[in-house]
Amino acid sequence: MTTRVQLEIFEGPLDLLLHLIKKNEVSIADIPIAAITEQYLAILEVMQTLDLDVAGEFLVMAATLVHIKSRMLLPLSDDEEDEEEGADPRAELVRRLLEYQRFKDAADQLERRDILARDVFVRAAPPAEEVDPPGFREVSVFELLTALRRVMERLPKDAVHEVTLEKITVREKMTSLLDILRAQGATLFESLFVEVKTRMEVVVTFLAMLELVKVRAIRIFQEEMNGPIQIEALAAMDQALALVAAPTEEEHGT
Amino acid sequence: MEREEIKSVIESVLFVAEGPLTIQRLGEVLEGVTKEEIRSTLDELQAEFEANRRGVRLVEVAGGYQLRTAKVNADWVKKFLGGRPARMGRATLETLAIIAYRQPITRAEIEAIRGVDVDGVINTLLDRCLIRAVARKDVPGRPFLYGTTPEFLQLFNLKDLTHLPTLKEMAEMTLPEAAGEELPVEGIEER
Repeated sequence: MTTRVQLEIFEGPLDLLLHLIKKNEVSIADIPIAAITEQYLAILEVMQTLDLDVAGEFLVMAATLVHIKSRMLLPLSDDEEDEEEGADPRAELVRRLLEYQRFKDAADQLERRDILARDVFVRAAPPAEEVDPPGFREVSVFELLTALRRVMERLPKDAVHEVTLEKITVREKMTSLLDILRAQGATLFESLFVEVKTRMEVVVTFLAMLELVKVRAIRIFQEEMNGPIQIEALAAMDQALALVAAPTEEEHGT
Repeated sequence: MEREEIKSVIESVLFVAEGPLTIQRLGEVLEGVTKEEIRSTLDELQAEFEANRRGVRLVEVAGGYQLRTAKVNADWVKKFLGGRPARMGRATLETLAIIAYRQPITRAEIEAIRGVDVDGVINTLLDRCLIRAVARKDVPGRPFLYGTTPEFLQLFNLKDLTHLPTLKEMAEMTLPEAAGEELPVEGIEER
């Protein structure tokens, strides 16, 4: 039983290393690699003796440490110093440790916040999963495909030669769909294709729609069998909008 | 409408609301009252709750306003509710922190930072609606990109993502004596 607890103290090899660095009161930027490697391997041995399942990641790190240690022992000639892996064989490990430490600190900060249902409470239970209002039904993929075929049939057939190659990505389309829904709240499936002139754009629009359903930003439903297919924004939408748009815009959120 | 009356209505509506209430939504209820007026009334209400050390406080969270119990009373409220432990494990918290600061981010990118497999943790977070897939990354395999949800903001009492505590800079973390050596600190920021 105690062994379980012991193992859970370390979230992974990086965590174990940080623990050793702290225990030895040394700097992350200047790790005494020989000593730390020795201690690291000793702990792995204990874990194995206790017949614990030592995760593969711990072994990979052990190999990395031994490798760094051996490289530190090799004398560096002057012209070698500028080579690809840089002067200090520990550099990459240091970078990973520092980055991991950053997020450990961030996790600590999050944990110190006024956490809901631990430090602060709200009157009502957290909002339940979205429940479909009675009388509404989810649209099946087959119905969607049928609707899509109707849209395709309406496209001008061979009337124009497509010369311009318009490049619209699914991601861009997702953003524009979210924009429409943010403005209108809900819309009709068919109306999203009114402006669409090419097969490619129909397909991209359709795929964007499916992606949004998958990430629960929108819901596709109809009020009755064979009724008009409607698309509605879900509560999650605003965040989806912010995130889908994030790489192209400077601002986060609204 | 008199200001005191507006304040009273807002307090009532906040009381019955199921989640954080946006100014927009309050505006729909209080027809004819400007958003500025609603905002300033909310501020006033918030200040009153604080000043009188009331058992409930008005908190700005997840893009809206919500009545939440005062932190000082946490133990009493827990006693009343019958303490169900809602502890979040270290792995969950660290993974959530990585996603919060680096979103949108793939599973593999999270694993690269944590140095361990995060499959189980990701599933737990998805189940708890604290994260969700927001898109797919345009790389081979088209992996999901994850981001946090409004529930995440609610859980950690955050107004929005810009109010996350600032992430420590890498430079601050390196000990000063170590300076001089060229540490590969670049490339850590957003790529």
